[in-house]
Amino acid sequence: MSEHSLELKGSLFPLSVLHCSDLSISSLQSLLTAKLAQAPAFFYQAPIVINLQDNDSNPDFIALKQLFTELKLVLVGVTGANAAQKVAAQQAGLAVLQAGKSNTAKAVEPAPQSTTPERSAPAQVVVQHQAMDSKIVEQNVRSGQQIYAKGADLIIKGAVGAGAEVIADGNIHIYGSLRGKAIAGASGDSSKRIYCYNMQAELVSIAGNYWLSHSLQGEFWGKPACIRWQGESLVISELV
Amino acid sequence: MAKIIVVTSGKGGVGKTTSSAAIGTGLALAGKKTVIVDFDIGLRNLDLIMGCERRVVYDFVNVINGEANLKQTLIKDKRVDNLFILPASQTRDKDALTKEGVERVLNELSAEFDFIICDSPAGIESGAMMALYFADEAVVVTNPEVSSVRDSDRILGMLSSKSRRAEQGLEGIKEHLLLTRYNPERVLKGEMLSVEDVKEILAIELVGVIPESQAVLNASNSGQPVILDEESDAGQAYLDTVKRLLGEAVPFRFLTVEKKGFIKRLFGG
Ligand SMILES: Nc1ncnc2c1ncn2[C@@H]1O[C@H](COP(=O)(O)OP(=O)(O)OP(=O)(O)O)[C@@H](O)[C@H]1O
Ligand SMILES: [Mg+2]
Repeated sequence: MSEHSLELKGSLFPLSVLHCSDLSISSLQSLLTAKLAQAPAFFYQAPIVINLQDNDSNPDFIALKQLFTELKLVLVGVTGANAAQKVAAQQAGLAVLQAGKSNTAKAVEPAPQSTTPERSAPAQVVVQHQAMDSKIVEQNVRSGQQIYAKGADLIIKGAVGAGAEVIADGNIHIYGSLRGKAIAGASGDSSKRIYCYNMQAELVSIAGNYWLSHSLQGEFWGKPACIRWQGESLVISELV
Repeated sequence: MAKIIVVTSGKGGVGKTTSSAAIGTGLALAGKKTVIVDFDIGLRNLDLIMGCERRVVYDFVNVINGEANLKQTLIKDKRVDNLFILPASQTRDKDALTKEGVERVLNELSAEFDFIICDSPAGIESGAMMALYFADEAVVVTNPEVSSVRDSDRILGMLSSKSRRAEQGLEGIKEHLLLTRYNPERVLKGEMLSVEDVKEILAIELVGVIPESQAVLNASNSGQPVILDEESDAGQAYLDTVKRLLGEAVPFRFLTVEKKGFIKRLFGG
């Protein structure tokens, strides 16, 4: 009998899924470069799966792999592939994955970038994050404390005290009162949001766009609220 | 093994020393062998409130420096059995306490006593950190006003991150909220935060509410912990607090405005 044991177990991992109508190398290169520039740290060496659902072309998977490597991404596989695409992907050493349910659904609106309006809309890259990491804090965040969830959502079961700061590259969920500062999308992703059970913040910020306390002291002050970036400004709305 | 309780607040002048003296005395009255340690090096206040300032020979710093032993330094209270005071030095600066020195003294006290009450200095600097570092429980003294509540929140953060229990990954310090100088009339007028407001913000268990009281001033002027003035509202509120610290469920008193009758008004009830 061998002394070395081996185990093979099923496991679930977070993966980012790429949707793009045009998978030609040159087009994808410029679109991805622009996307990554918004949040360079966030996608660094991120494992990516290409969704081929609405794409019948025959992309060059070997060249795609090369491109992803250059962009400091790791292409691990494809999903939603047709028969020909499956074969090509497998030959390029990629995994063929069953289409999973996307937990961000179609709600991820591509941020309206400054595309010149006269031209027809170019193919857009939407990187959907399948299952983002999250950092969970089980107690109150007290005045003077700072918590940063790098590349992750931040979930706080307690309150965030006045003079405390909570920061996440992802979304922030606070199940108590928010009296301090909350900074979501810290590495530049403006699709991130702040949810809290009782809004009394000193400051809220999404991708660097912030509101101070006086801008918040309206209808939702002391109430459950959600902050998001929409169009050109932050918006506050009810939680449910 | 003694239980080490730090009485702390962040903000100054909120009633830490008054509360340390009252709680320490109350525990001794309940039959627990108790020592109150003054961590407020350089100010020396506890001995005044305990009325033993003229009996101080050696102090906490002398013990740490090995210039005197505990037996020579501890002052035994003349009114209450089981009660001792470890006074602070007035002549040293606040950096005279070292972590190793404090640990050694607390260990030695721990073998002798049931409770060690640490009267913390104000602020969040080394003196206050030293007072809370070895604590098992904390009484967070708070006045019903915004800046005091904010500083208490800050101290609660320190308790959960800068204490020995936090650093060694042990079970956290048990936190108690003690609201002092509570004035229901001013709460009613909206000039002060209510018990509920403070509880909501700090989200820790309430161990006592001490009313704003002339009895406290009288007591400290006569060098007698207010808990010995059993007729007074503040004295009774501290007695209730000590019972709760010992695990008894006691209803809260002195939370609402009391209509003063003629006699009470005459004699200042
Ligand atoms: N319940 C009360 N009613 C009225 N006065 C009070 C009450 N509690 C404390 N005081 C008064 O407040 C002042 C400060 O109290 P104390 O010295 O206990 O505070 P402290 O927090 O220890 O201050 P420091 O931060 O300087 O150490 C004293 O004059 C004291 O008599
Ligand atoms: Mg004091």
